[in-house]
Amino acid sequence: MQPVIAPDTVTLVVGPEQGRRRRNRTKTLESYGFLAPTLILLLVLMIVPIVMVVGYSFLDNVILNKNPEFVGIQNYLTILGDSGFIRAISNTLVFTITSVVAHLVLGLTFAMLLNSELIGRVPRAIFRALYILPWLFTAAVIAVLWRMLLAPNGVVNYLLNTDVEWLASPELALGSVTFINIWAGYPFFMVSLLAGLQGIPAELHEAARVDGASGIQRFFNVTIPQLRPIIVSLVLLDLIWTSQQFALIWMTTGGGPINVTEMLSTYTYKLAFSKYDFALASTSAVLVLLLSMVLAFFYVRHQKARD
Amino acid sequence: MSKDALGRRRLVKIAGAAVATVGMLAVAGCSGSGGGDATDSGDVTIEFAQWWEPELPDGAFRGLMDQFEEENPGITVELVSGPYASTKEQLFAGAASGTMPDVVGLDGAWVNDFASQGVIADLTALMAEADYDDSELASQIQVDGATYMIPVVNFVYPLFTNDDLLAQAGVDAPPSTRTEFADAAAAVAGLGGDTSGWVLPLSLEAPNGVQNDVMSWVWASGGTMLDDGQPDVTNDDVRGAVEYIQGMWDDDVIAPGSFTMKEQDKVEEFTNGRVGMMIDSLAHINLIRETNPDLSFSISAIPAEDGYDGERGIPYASWGIGVAENSENKDAAFKFVEFLMSEDVNSELSSIANAFPGNVDSVPDFVGDDELFATAFEIYQAGYPANEFTGLPVAEELMRQFGEQLQAMLDGQQSVDEMLDNTQAAWEAEF
Repeated sequence: MQPVIAPDTVTLVVGPEQGRRRRNRTKTLESYGFLAPTLILLLVLMIVPIVMVVGYSFLDNVILNKNPEFVGIQNYLTILGDSGFIRAISNTLVFTITSVVAHLVLGLTFAMLLNSELIGRVPRAIFRALYILPWLFTAAVIAVLWRMLLAPNGVVNYLLNTDVEWLASPELALGSVTFINIWAGYPFFMVSLLAGLQGIPAELHEAARVDGASGIQRFFNVTIPQLRPIIVSLVLLDLIWTSQQFALIWMTTGGGPINVTEMLSTYTYKLAFSKYDFALASTSAVLVLLLSMVLAFFYVRHQKARD
Repeated sequence: MSKDALGRRRLVKIAGAAVATVGMLAVAGCSGSGGGDATDSGDVTIEFAQWWEPELPDGAFRGLMDQFEEENPGITVELVSGPYASTKEQLFAGAASGTMPDVVGLDGAWVNDFASQGVIADLTALMAEADYDDSELASQIQVDGATYMIPVVNFVYPLFTNDDLLAQAGVDAPPSTRTEFADAAAAVAGLGGDTSGWVLPLSLEAPNGVQNDVMSWVWASGGTMLDDGQPDVTNDDVRGAVEYIQGMWDDDVIAPGSFTMKEQDKVEEFTNGRVGMMIDSLAHINLIRETNPDLSFSISAIPAEDGYDGERGIPYASWGIGVAENSENKDAAFKFVEFLMSEDVNSELSSIANAFPGNVDSVPDFVGDDELFATAFEIYQAGYPANEFTGLPVAEELMRQFGEQLQAMLDGQQSVDEMLDNTQAAWEAEF
């Protein structure tokens, strides 16, 4: 039986074989015509710079030398053998993993609080506004704000009646910037997980309750499994974002004191804009890209699995 | 609808998409052009990238540009203004892509790197071409014997003292020797509360504290950190200054938070009356007065080693100027440099910037009007401007390396000798 097609489109699907091929080709061209602006922008703004940076990483200093020479993997050996780079990786791991775990725990805790029926509508709205506040500030504002709060003569020391150098002490600086990053980043988890919690059918909790499950059992056997896809996505995205955090670190400690807060991002920036060694900076950036791609691979695979 | 009509419609769609693509690329700036350009009428536009305009009173710098354009018909100056840090990044990006603006504001710390890359023009050659008499220039920054930067105005860094705090601590006059300074700092710190004797910013984000607040002690006693243009930080001049600073650190007279403190934090601590003394730019005098009109402070030369009676080096920072090598209008660009360095214009610029002129014949207005500036001018004339980082390769990185080692030493992780040896090794690797 012939499919029912509107009369004015019937002419498009009948005709000699050659005409159909031409039409298909035209259709393909038309599709690419529409996609062209995006594809060209993608090429110019992303692919070309990435390829250039990868190319720079195999040359001797690209900007200082007018005619840079190919040096193979020498830059990679230099970077990987630099104790500063190893230190930056170590600091970045501590900073990132601590931040992401805390973002998840805090985000989930506050999301469940806001989703709870134990508090009324008005207090819930107030808490929601308060909890989301840190997310509304840019990294620069957050850095300035916390520099003032954590200054030796700042509000925190005043309230605690101490004279701790939170950001200037080599023992405390990494913990302090991690704390600031946690403060700045948990609302994203909170909002996303709140949306996820509101999407869990009430019947699931009711059924678990009828089966005699306690609150904790329902949390681990109903809530967490239902939120798992969101949690995995959030954690992978946050790992990528946090491992590349630059502005906050740069504006609070500049990687110091004595490199205790040096991250891969600040290490790369210093190579480029302080040492003007753009080849080594490119090499460092490529290594960061590779590390991020591992995380991105898992993210994409997870997203595909969801589809 | 006929096949032809459908085909035409598709063609129109594809053409439309292509036009949109071209349009978006144009918006994205893919056409790209660097530097100024000449129009059909022969007029030229020169771009001038600098961080000066935002630091000057509103409209004052544009007024000077208007004067230049009036005196030089056919040349238009387009100001590309931004904060110091973004100007620096923009210039380095422009150097990499060959799109530097025609005229560039320069910091002495960048000159060696730009000159090595061949992205700023040899001003010695341009001066010769223009038959320019350079005897009126107070200084020129050279690399391998050729001038690449001319300091337009200079900001010196004398010692600022909080008169009230010093008086409370029983100190009658600003200290002039290291011993007097250390005693005064200890006396002020002894007042208790949040009060400290001296403020020392050692942030690694902006490591210019090493230049202004640490190495200034070396230069104030006629010392040096170089030997024949090469690193020499293990010499007695630098060792003496580092040991002196460590002594004050151990005595707990330095304001807390040094390791992440930046220049603005230093000024804030002083302005709030929490520290007795700081070494700072004259450019901040008006800021301090506006922020805390009740603060009674004075300025003096940076204390020298006990018994030293030679000329004192006084640290300074410059607003320097250079011409881009890729500029197609070098003649017009150099006319502009000449204009800024001329006696009257340089006087006016230094007056509105609260800085000392780069033209030896220029005299800023504030010298006659303001007691503090008059004192500063006397200090400036009695000593000599000293900044050994100017013209060095990767100067900011040298400061950062010194700062990192100094922090490790003050934190007790290494001795003075280890600190100096490590710094020397790090510096040598950069030369």
